[in-house]
Amino acid sequence: MDVVTNILTLAGYEGLVFGIVAIGIHLTFRTLSFPDLSVDGTFPLGGAIAAVLISQGANPFLATFIALIGGMGAGLITGLLNTKLRISALLSGIIVMVGLYSVNLRIMGGANEPLLRDITSFDIMARIMPGASKLIVAIVLVVIVVILVIGFLSWFLRTEIGLALRATGDNEEMVRGFGVDTDKTVLIGCAISNGLVALAGALVAQNQGFSDVGMGIGMIVLGLASVIIGEALFRPRGITMVLLAAIGGAFVYRLFIAIVLRLGAAPGDLKLITAVLVIIVLTMPFIRKKLRGDWLPPAKRW
Amino acid sequence: MIGIHMNQTDSILKLRNVTKTFARQTVDEVIALSDITFDVHNQDFVTIIGSNGAGKSTMLNIVAGLYPPDRGGKIYIGENDVTRLIGYKRAGFVGRVWQQPDLGTAGHLTIEENLSLAILRGKRRGLRRAVSKARKELFRKELSLLNLGLEDRLKTPVNTLSGGQRQALSLVMATISKPSILLLDEHVGALDPNTAKTVLELTDKIVEREQMTTVMVTHNMEVALHLGTRLIMMNKGKIVVDIDAERKRRLKVSDLVSAFEQAAGESFDDDSILLSHAEHMK
Repeated sequence: MDVVTNILTLAGYEGLVFGIVAIGIHLTFRTLSFPDLSVDGTFPLGGAIAAVLISQGANPFLATFIALIGGMGAGLITGLLNTKLRISALLSGIIVMVGLYSVNLRIMGGANEPLLRDITSFDIMARIMPGASKLIVAIVLVVIVVILVIGFLSWFLRTEIGLALRATGDNEEMVRGFGVDTDKTVLIGCAISNGLVALAGALVAQNQGFSDVGMGIGMIVLGLASVIIGEALFRPRGITMVLLAAIGGAFVYRLFIAIVLRLGAAPGDLKLITAVLVIIVLTMPFIRKKLRGDWLPPAKRW
Repeated sequence: MIGIHMNQTDSILKLRNVTKTFARQTVDEVIALSDITFDVHNQDFVTIIGSNGAGKSTMLNIVAGLYPPDRGGKIYIGENDVTRLIGYKRAGFVGRVWQQPDLGTAGHLTIEENLSLAILRGKRRGLRRAVSKARKELFRKELSLLNLGLEDRLKTPVNTLSGGQRQALSLVMATISKPSILLLDEHVGALDPNTAKTVLELTDKIVEREQMTTVMVTHNMEVALHLGTRLIMMNKGKIVVDIDAERKRRLKVSDLVSAFEQAAGESFDDDSILLSHAEHMK
C-alpha cells in the first residue's frame, strides 16, 4: 500500500510539472499545427535562468517568472525564423534548440548550477506548510502553478486574439482571409508555449536542487507522449478539457515510468522506453487501419 | 466605356491594366491575365464564365490579394489603391467563398467561433471574449434566415456539418461584416445539384438583402445567365464578352454558347456578339 501511495504521489508531482510541458507542446503541435522542437532547449533554459538568479540571491518566485519570460523570448526566435525568414517550422525549432545549448552553458558558466544551499520557491512553500512532506509541498506549489496556467489559457484562448490563434492552426488561409496576420498568431503561440516549458524547467530545477544543461533531452517526445495519451484516454472536448487532458496524459505517462522503474529498469533506460511508448501510441491508429485492410496513402513528411 | 467614366465614383472595384504572368521567363510561362481593365459598380452582381485557364480564378485571387499583378497594373477597391496590399490587410474590403467547403471555415471550431472570427473581418482583435452574448444573438438571427436550423447548433464543430451547410455558413461568414465586395469562386462547384441549387438561392437572397457588390465565378452557363445583373466571359486572360442586365435577360444559353465559341476563336475585333464594352480588349 505504501509503495502504491509513493508511486502515485510521485507520479502526481511529475505529472503536474511535466503536464505544463505537455500543455506547451499541445499549444504548438496541436493548436497551431507548428511542430516546434525548440522545447528541448527552452526547458533547461528555464532551469538555468532560475538557478543562476536564485544562487545570486534573487527572489525565487521572481526568478521563476524571469525564466518564463526567457523561454518566451526563445520561442519568439523560433517563430521569427519560421514566419519572417521562412525557415521550415521543424528546422527553426532544431536550430533554436542547438543554439540554446551554448546559451545555457553560458548562463550557468558550466554544465550545471547547484541550488542546494539556496532558498527556492519550494523552500518558501515549505515554510508556509510546516509538517508537510517535501513531496506534498511540491505538489501543492505545482498545483497552484497549473491552476494559474490553465486559468490563463482557458481565458486567453477564448479571447478574440486567442480564437484567431486557434483558427490559424486549423485553416490559415481562411483566417488570413478575415484579416488576421497569422505571423503574429504564430509568434504569440510559440512564445507562450516555450514560456510554459521554461517555467516547468525552472520548477524542476528548483525541486531537484540543481539545473543541468542536459535536463531537456527528450522533452519533446515526453511531452508529445503525454499529449497523445491524454487525447486517447480522455477524448477531451472544449478548451479547458483539452488542457486538463494534457495534464492527465502526463500523469499516466509518469505513472507508467514509475512502475517501469519499480520493475527494475535503470534510469538510463527511460528514454528508450519513452521512445518505444511514443512509437506504439503514434502508430496505433495506423495499425488499426492496416488490420482493417483500409487503403492507406503514403507517409506524410510535414 | 462612356458609362464607366461617368460613374467612376460609383465603382467598387477597379482593375487597371492588370496583367499576371506565372513562371515568367521559363518554358512554362503562362499569361493568366492579359492587360485587364475592368470596373465593378456599386451593387453589381457580376457572373463570370470561361473555360479552364481563362483567368477567372486568377482574377479573384488578385482581387483578394493572394498575389500581386505584374508591374504597371493597378487595383482599387472603392477609393483605395490596394495593389500592393497583401491579402490579410485588404480582408476588410473583400469577402470570399471558396469552391471547397472546408476552405471557407475552420473545421475544428464551432459555428459560433467561426462566426466570431468572421465578424471581426479587418478589425483589430483584442482581449475581449470572442463569443459574446450579444454576438451570439446576432449569429442566431443571421443563421435563422438560412432556414437550415443552424441557429440552434451554435456549439457544433463545423466539420460535422454537410458540405451545403458549410457553404451556407461560409456565405454568412463572408457577408456578416459587410465587406465592400463579395467574391464567390465556384462556390457551389463541389456540391450535388440539389444542394447547389439551395446554396445558389441563398446566395441570391443574401446578395439582394445585404445589397452586396458581388463577383461570382461559375462553370454553369445557366447559372451565369440566371443569377446576377451582369455577365462576363473570359478567354485566355482577357474579358471577351461583357453583358449588362437588360441584354442578359434576353439571352439564352445557346446564344451564350455561340458567343463563347466565337470569342474563343481569334477574330474578336469584327465579332458582332461583342457587346457594349468590347473596347476593353484593344
